[in-house]
Amino acid sequence: MKIRVHSWFVLISLLTAFAHAGEVRIAAAASLSEAITEIGAAYRTSHPETKITPVFAGSNVLARQVESGAPIDIFFSADEKTMDGLVKSERIAKEDVVPVLSNALVVVVRQDSTLSLQSAEDLTKLQRLSIGDPAAVPAGVYAKAWLTGRDLWEKIQPITVGAENVRGALAAVETGNADAAIVYRTDAAVSQKVKISFTVPAAEAPAIVYPVALCREAPNAAEAKPFVEFLRGDQAADIFRKRGFTVILPATAKP
Amino acid sequence: MTPADAQLILFTLSAAAMAVLVSFPIGVAVAWALARKRWAGKALVETLLTLPLVMPPVATGLILLKLFGRRGPLGGWLHQTFGFEIIFTPKAVVLALAVMSFPLLVRCLRTAFEEIPRDLEEAAATLGKTPRQVFFRVSLPLARRGIAAGIILAFARALGEFGATVMVAGLIPGVTETLPLAIYRSFQTGDDSRAWMLAGVSAGVAFAAVAISGWFARGKRLL
Repeated sequence: MKIRVHSWFVLISLLTAFAHAGEVRIAAAASLSEAITEIGAAYRTSHPETKITPVFAGSNVLARQVESGAPIDIFFSADEKTMDGLVKSERIAKEDVVPVLSNALVVVVRQDSTLSLQSAEDLTKLQRLSIGDPAAVPAGVYAKAWLTGRDLWEKIQPITVGAENVRGALAAVETGNADAAIVYRTDAAVSQKVKISFTVPAAEAPAIVYPVALCREAPNAAEAKPFVEFLRGDQAADIFRKRGFTVILPATAKP
Repeated sequence: MTPADAQLILFTLSAAAMAVLVSFPIGVAVAWALARKRWAGKALVETLLTLPLVMPPVATGLILLKLFGRRGPLGGWLHQTFGFEIIFTPKAVVLALAVMSFPLLVRCLRTAFEEIPRDLEEAAATLGKTPRQVFFRVSLPLARRGIAAGIILAFARALGEFGATVMVAGLIPGVTETLPLAIYRSFQTGDDSRAWMLAGVSAGVAFAAVAISGWFARGKRLL
């Protein structure tokens, strides 16, 4: 019996080991879903030996997984705070963290909505506003920071519904269960069912930064490193820009 | 424990209690019909009733979300006719808990009814009691232990419900958040100590519920 359990264990470990060879797992913010999928496919054409397997969720959820020892090679967060958390818990080396992208917050309503929203003040008229969970999901944290800066958070907070990631907030508007949502410009672009009411002026909102880093305990660091480089390269930048992201150019690069 | 945590626990307990309270009369009717009556479509109803017990709770949540959403067939009607909002309100939580605990309630009630000796009911009937009187004066009192056990099990099931609730409740701390959702959310936001504390509370409540229902089931004279 003991031997049997043991051999099963060996078999399963072998299977998982094989499954991971040639595979790079990247945990990326939900808002990066389309862009990273596309970049992963583009990478495969030039590096057929490496398969990029993305995992998408709220950055905070992914950070918890990395912290708990999930077999993740690369972490791509939608904010610096979540990344810093992993630096603090020593899952990521500070010098590996590179800011790659920026984004903008927008307020969206359903395509068929007659609401006319033009500013933060207008949001107070709503019945229900969906945002990422303001306690942890980056999009929600940014949204809260914006409204707090406008002195409106206390007033708007009671009508907010938190979502587990920014795409959840978007979905609540798509299904009509919320009147409006605060999401990223790039999320609004992937949905046919919503339209942008207004873009949050950059001066009012906190700076949105997406940093990427190799995980210290990356199971496949050798193959993950070149992909991190690829994410900062021209080909990836084009894809990010096409999706509506702003690419942060490396400080050292000379035009 | 902060006042917010105390309120959370209280909300969870009352939402679960409300869910059982709402589904109890329907549960009794259905369980009775299943235990004592023969009718067309009984097997189908039995199967349908078991679904929430075996289906992924999230799938049940999805169905509820679509059905009761502002634009859903039921939710849309309620919204337009009565201005009722279900999704993302405490009503949605009670609804999800009720649907998820209903099959368990019906199973326990049905067994309780089936175990009543038929001859006692028949004796009461021959002594001139109407079927209604037989039900309320003989059947229900005889089944009381099984009924109590069923209520407590359904209540405990409701307390632990996660999958369906998370679909319809949204993350609104202090409004729609139940214990399981708060444990999950605390963990995701990095507040492990709160997650553990709430997990401890849940374990305590579940232990008490199962112990009490075991008591009833074993026929200790509490009732």
